[in-house]
Amino acid sequence: MTLSLCRIDDRLIHGQVVIGWGTPLGAQLIVLVDDGVRANQWEQEIYRMALPQDVAVEFVSRDEAIARLREWDADPRRIMLITGDVETMAALVTGGEGVIRRVNLGGIHAGPGRHPCLRYVYLSEAETGRLRQLEAAGAVITAQDVPTTTPVPLHQLSG
Amino acid sequence: MTDGLQGVVVGHGGLAAALVTAAEEITGVQGVLVGISNRGCDRGRLEELIRQGIAGRPSVIFVDLQSGSCFFAAMASLKAMPEVRVVTGVNLPMLVDFVFHRAAGLEAAVARARQVGEQAIEGTR
Repeated sequence: MTLSLCRIDDRLIHGQVVIGWGTPLGAQLIVLVDDGVRANQWEQEIYRMALPQDVAVEFVSRDEAIARLREWDADPRRIMLITGDVETMAALVTGGEGVIRRVNLGGIHAGPGRHPCLRYVYLSEAETGRLRQLEAAGAVITAQDVPTTTPVPLHQLSG
Repeated sequence: MTDGLQGVVVGHGGLAAALVTAAEEITGVQGVLVGISNRGCDRGRLEELIRQGIAGRPSVIFVDLQSGSCFFAAMASLKAMPEVRVVTGVNLPMLVDFVFHRAAGLEAAVARARQVGEQAIEGTR
């Protein structure tokens, strides 16, 4: 079983992830790759409290995730992997040596140096360049906030 | 703004503003409820908007989805603000009731919101 969804979303775990994607994909495990949440037990408890009982969650650092990508790739459960930023996902794609083949841009909101590409995707020049590098290396990168919308390929993102 | 607790309604899309408007139209009471949308916000921005909405006042934060960004941002507000509580699954009956029962204190307001919100749900045929 490959990872069902590898998503960049600066809201991390939230309604679109749990309900919008998790329900149609039948997600059984959400892996949140975020060094800040990994170090914050209180925040982890809040996430656990809010998730459906039949969805497990793991909180891992970027380095831990890189080390465990092949384990998750072989896991029979349907897994969604979430990072909060482009750089973390890029590290996983690069460090995972082909485990992550598709990247979903699900929510990257306005910030310093970023320009609008879609309603829910804002990218800086550096982030766009990093994503293009990943695409050149073979990853398929599309923006899609929820499954019912049409995925937009990276090269079609304006801005 | 009158004395008592304030309600900060946080929701997806236009839900919070619509709930606040509806509650104000029903009760005729203005300035007790603040509506905040998560539209276009990352986590940090939404937490900032909630802090601005609370504005240091004793508040009940009403959020729509327990597994949504509004809930997580609201919960983040609790750590630094002892006079704030969070209620999930906001509906119009609980907001209308809250407007008229804001003097009882935080714990009583939360218990009442839960009771009224649940009692408002009926299935008919």
